[in-house]
Amino acid sequence: MEPITIGNVQPLIDQFAGKPVYIHLETTNGAYASHFNEGFFSAGAYIRNAKVTYEHGKIVGDGPFRTGLKLEIGWIYAEGLTHFEMDEEGRLLMAGHGFDGKLAVALEISETPFE
Amino acid sequence: MEKERQVLVVFPHPDDEAFGVSGTIATHIQNGTPVTYACLTLGQMGRNLGNPPFATRESLPKIRKRELQKAAEVMGIQDLRMMGLRDKTVEFEDDKKMTKMISDMIEELNPSLIITFYPDFSVHPDHEATARAVVRAVRQMPEKERTKLHCVAFSNGCEEILGAPDIRNDISHVLDIKLGAMKAHNSQTAWMLAEMEEKWNNKDPEVMNRFQFERFWSYQWDKDNVK
Repeated sequence: MEPITIGNVQPLIDQFAGKPVYIHLETTNGAYASHFNEGFFSAGAYIRNAKVTYEHGKIVGDGPFRTGLKLEIGWIYAEGLTHFEMDEEGRLLMAGHGFDGKLAVALEISETPFE
Repeated sequence: MEKERQVLVVFPHPDDEAFGVSGTIATHIQNGTPVTYACLTLGQMGRNLGNPPFATRESLPKIRKRELQKAAEVMGIQDLRMMGLRDKTVEFEDDKKMTKMISDMIEELNPSLIITFYPDFSVHPDHEATARAVVRAVRQMPEKERTKLHCVAFSNGCEEILGAPDIRNDISHVLDIKLGAMKAHNSQTAWMLAEMEEKWNNKDPEVMNRFQFERFWSYQWDKDNVK
């Protein structure tokens, strides 16, 4: 993966606009967060292979970045994105790695379902 | 350690076996006991992707699968089973199907010992769901024929409720294998091992004690409250 720049990633987001795509979206603190710190309120969310068509998408911020995808009647967005990759299957993988280097958020866009 | 006929190890994540159980597994194998390791997921949701990242959310399962196979090879496991579930979803699977998956393996392998997590004392939801499935499967057996069930517990304060572990295996004769198994899971263990290895090399008593002894609780059937 490479560090995100808006110039690099915005054209890739544009490339999927208006087409049916599959979305992977997750955010997590890790299952051990409350084990190591009992005062920590752990929360996360995960959706894999949501099939949507977005009208347009935009990446904003100074880093970490935020990406929002506007749907016909709704939204998808992720905050805290730091790295991206167009993988060998032509999928746009965006990830946010926390200060400890661990994955904290992921937003991925693919024209074929994720495994 | 008692000599077993067949050991069945059931954990949800590649690397669950490495820290607490790999020395025990290696010892059983050296004793000539066949060991089956059923690993329910491929750790797809692991958060350690490196900094800078060496993996993506999509490439991680392939990496962790290879690491699991390598760890099994280091321990000498001939029968590694990857059960095809997805990391962090185990507790949402159908409970009856989960129980049957374990029952089928018990029926096929006729193990004299099963090793898994201790339900209610193993922190991660996947650990807990795995442990419950194993307990339900073993509970179905006639009481006198139930397979021995040794469980790993590590939640905060678990010893206050469970008491001290009744099984404490000294695995110092296979420490190198244990270290090898931990190293095989490089994508999850590299950071921890870098810190630990120095202490290990200096024979730090706390680290040596932690890794030399593997601790298990026999499942307390008289206090069984697994649903």
